[in-house]
Amino acid sequence: MDNNKIGHHISGQFNRELEDIRNKVLTMGGLVEQQIELAIQAFTSNDMEMAELVIKQDNQVDAMEMDIDLECTQILALRQPTAFDLRLLLTVIKVINELEIAGDLAERIAKMAIQLSDVDGKNDQYYEIQHMSDLVKEMLHGALDAFARMSIDDITLITGKDENVDREYGSIVRQLITHMMEDPRNITRTLNVLWTVRAMERIGDHACYICEHLIFMIKGEAVRHLSQEELEQKVKSQ
Amino acid sequence: MTAQEVRTHAIDINSVLNNRAKHSETNEISIKVENLNLFYGDKQALHAINMEMSKKKVTAYIGPSGCGKSTLLRCINRMNDLVDNVTIDGKILLDNENIFDKSVNVAALRRRVGMVFQKPNPFPKSIFENVAYGLRIQGINDKRILEETVENALRGAALWDEMKDRLDDNALGMSGGQQQRLVIARAIAIEPEVLLLDEPASALDPISTLKIEELINELKEKYTIVIVTHNMQQAARVSDYTAFMYMGELVEMGTTSELFTNPKKKQTEDYITGRYG
Repeated sequence: MDNNKIGHHISGQFNRELEDIRNKVLTMGGLVEQQIELAIQAFTSNDMEMAELVIKQDNQVDAMEMDIDLECTQILALRQPTAFDLRLLLTVIKVINELEIAGDLAERIAKMAIQLSDVDGKNDQYYEIQHMSDLVKEMLHGALDAFARMSIDDITLITGKDENVDREYGSIVRQLITHMMEDPRNITRTLNVLWTVRAMERIGDHACYICEHLIFMIKGEAVRHLSQEELEQKVKSQ
Repeated sequence: MTAQEVRTHAIDINSVLNNRAKHSETNEISIKVENLNLFYGDKQALHAINMEMSKKKVTAYIGPSGCGKSTLLRCINRMNDLVDNVTIDGKILLDNENIFDKSVNVAALRRRVGMVFQKPNPFPKSIFENVAYGLRIQGINDKRILEETVENALRGAALWDEMKDRLDDNALGMSGGQQQRLVIARAIAIEPEVLLLDEPASALDPISTLKIEELINELKEKYTIVIVTHNMQQAARVSDYTAFMYMGELVEMGTTSELFTNPKKKQTEDYITGRYG
């Protein structure tokens, strides 16, 4: 199949509609990436203004999700797409749902940042959190990049990172438990940090779901609920 | 509900899935096309077609104009015999019997393989006589048998309730959709094994089209159906198997759900998604 999978319809209008949806998904993805970036900055640098901005911008993400969803519904009703076009639209509907949830998780991180600013305590956990958030951001960025290129060639490299994220998540949780055991006064603060780390771990999962949807879009085969090894085999098999 | 009750009421998912798979696998082949080539004069219209059509299933042929789908359909009841300059080689096996064999009686073949065309073509006779026509030319004139057959055929074509009080009216006074269903009733009155439908709904309004599609769905319980259609959504809705043809060749054939969601060949994909080849 050629790389420009969207173009070449006899109906130019249909080309434009699909192109438009693709661009909107990428814009929405960019917005969500920015939300996550800002939320983590707000969290690690205690920047309340930034946290407020993240919470405010979540409306925009929600509005985009509704808008793209409606547009997909209209195309399904009017054009009765088939084959790749059908899979593209079904994938878009699922991908924007994942993005919307990732946006909500960013909002949750921002809210935690605000709550943490009211609680005293030390913030020595942030180096690990920063590192984990970098991994998660890479995953989401990779998934959106694969969507933009409509290619799943390196998709398993992205899903493979989820294992690292999970490992880091586990080690941060162990550290946080130690903190709580050391001094019960840390518990409120530590719990907030825990929710944040959990939110990041979930964003990584949703990035993986996006990758799975993309595999369906390109190969026409449902690959959900598989292990990393099974996924790699599926992608390799023709 | 106790745990025991839940367990006894729970659906065994595996058995449901297996049943469905089994259901779709019981495939008896009704028509088998083997290496069929067809020429109109020097021009080759069909190139080495090989395909199998299952009993009591609907097979749809899709493809652009002039790709040979109607030509192939007409081969199945030897309608091409009526065209000058046609040469055919290869075989079409209907229940393992080659229909091109010299021993095959064409009239008998067409009794087994009924056909309905794009434009409804009722005879300028009463509704009753239209449906009874096939029996009358077989020499059956017993009034009771005729009445029974006509009623069954009209019921089969979902026309009985509309037409039972108008059986003596001229068929040409019916609407296009009713005429098309009447023609289907005429075809099934002689109880064929196979029904060939050449664009049966292309001249009809959306409601009549849906009625025809509904009818196809009911008819496939008794007959093997082959349908040619330009309307791909229709092919997707009514058929179990779809064959995509292009320039006289069979490009791809598979289950309809597979062909419309994940075609294997790029040509098929381009055609069903409406792209340039």
